Amino acid sequence: MCNFELLLINEKAKMEDLQKLEEEFQARIDRGEKIEPKDWMPERFRKQLIRMMSQHAHSEIVGMLPEGNWITRAPSLQRKVNLLAKVQDEAGHGLYIYCGAETLGISRDEMIEQLHSGKAKYSSIFNYPTLSWADMGAIGWLVDGAAIVNQTMIAKCAFGPYSRAMIRICKEENFHNKQGYQILWALCKGTPEQKEMAQDSLDRWWWPSIMMLGPTDKDSPNSKDLMNWKIKMQSNDTIRQRFIDRTVPQAEVLGLKIPDPDLKWNEERRSYDFGEIDWEEFFNVINGKGPMNKERLQARRDAEKNGRWVREAANTYYKKRKEQAA
Amino acid sequence: MTDTSKPENKEWPLWEVFLQPKSGAHHAHVGSVHAPDAEIALQNARDVYTRRQEGTCIWVVPAEAITSSQPDDENSFFDPADDKIYRHPNFYTLPSEVKGL
Repeated sequence: MCNFELLLINEKAKMEDLQKLEEEFQARIDRGEKIEPKDWMPERFRKQLIRMMSQHAHSEIVGMLPEGNWITRAPSLQRKVNLLAKVQDEAGHGLYIYCGAETLGISRDEMIEQLHSGKAKYSSIFNYPTLSWADMGAIGWLVDGAAIVNQTMIAKCAFGPYSRAMIRICKEENFHNKQGYQILWALCKGTPEQKEMAQDSLDRWWWPSIMMLGPTDKDSPNSKDLMNWKIKMQSNDTIRQRFIDRTVPQAEVLGLKIPDPDLKWNEERRSYDFGEIDWEEFFNVINGKGPMNKERLQARRDAEKNGRWVREAANTYYKKRKEQAA
Repeated sequence: MTDTSKPENKEWPLWEVFLQPKSGAHHAHVGSVHAPDAEIALQNARDVYTRRQEGTCIWVVPAEAITSSQPDDENSFFDPADDKIYRHPNFYTLPSEVKGL
């Protein structure tokens, strides 16, 4: 037998091995087992998870910016400490997920670099401006509300570190959701101008909030793989419907009107029908053309640059003390 | 982690964080943090993992100091216990009148 034939047989054996590994991997997932970082996994699984988790972590970190905008102008000390605590939580959430993603073999620095270069995405929702105090209410109620529906699902996902980070996060999101809703409730019980401010905020945040749950199933190219691997347990459209169904009655309690003329209860489906989503806007914002994309990324880059001396000083201090101890 | 030849440009080393939820309980792994030394690792772990009084004690361990059993060896590594089911208390028929066993 010539070398070439041997090589081919070798290659074929490798392919068969790989196929067997992939089948065993899928069987583990189908049995409901959790995959841990050191377990064998297909390269595509690893890549998709890194993409999804780093995108999620970046969203938590960039998500601090729209709310950070109002910390100094919160209307009372109580509101200010609540908002501060919420923004601190978002930083924590980012860190939980970064550390989960790092177990897949990507470094924190690489992920940050991908965010700053624009290679990695983050949630479209954070590219909208926070124009009034009521927006702190709308974000907690709608943005965190949508995130809860999504994250409750991911908490059951097949990758151990991601699932565990989500369980921790979900416990903390309820505080965010309630404090947001309560901000709007207070405004709705206030003067006509205050109620108008709340309505204006809902008008601006409603559509971006239902878009942030991702493109409709037919335009979601990664969904099929992600669902087979149980990284994603339900489709974007299913989650969106669940979010809408739980949020519409909450708006009614506030006495606010959701800015969708086609929104109405469908008795047969036991769900709300809703109007056409402007996907062109969504893809524009994702691709860098939202109202705040440039500012958000610049703020992240500045934070990295302006904090560099602190990281360097800590390293130098550690090195010096080690030398002294030696 | 101990390589500090060019500390200025290096990512801070990784520390695994173990949290004791209340006095008397086991420490359990909760995640990781980056820090230049153990002292800052502890402070970072406190800020990241105990914002709501989740713990009474924190351990931080350099990630590279941890040795783990390998998932590939899982079966052969743990199989010495497989045929020793008699170690459980479930299989002993005793006189029905005996109490406290």
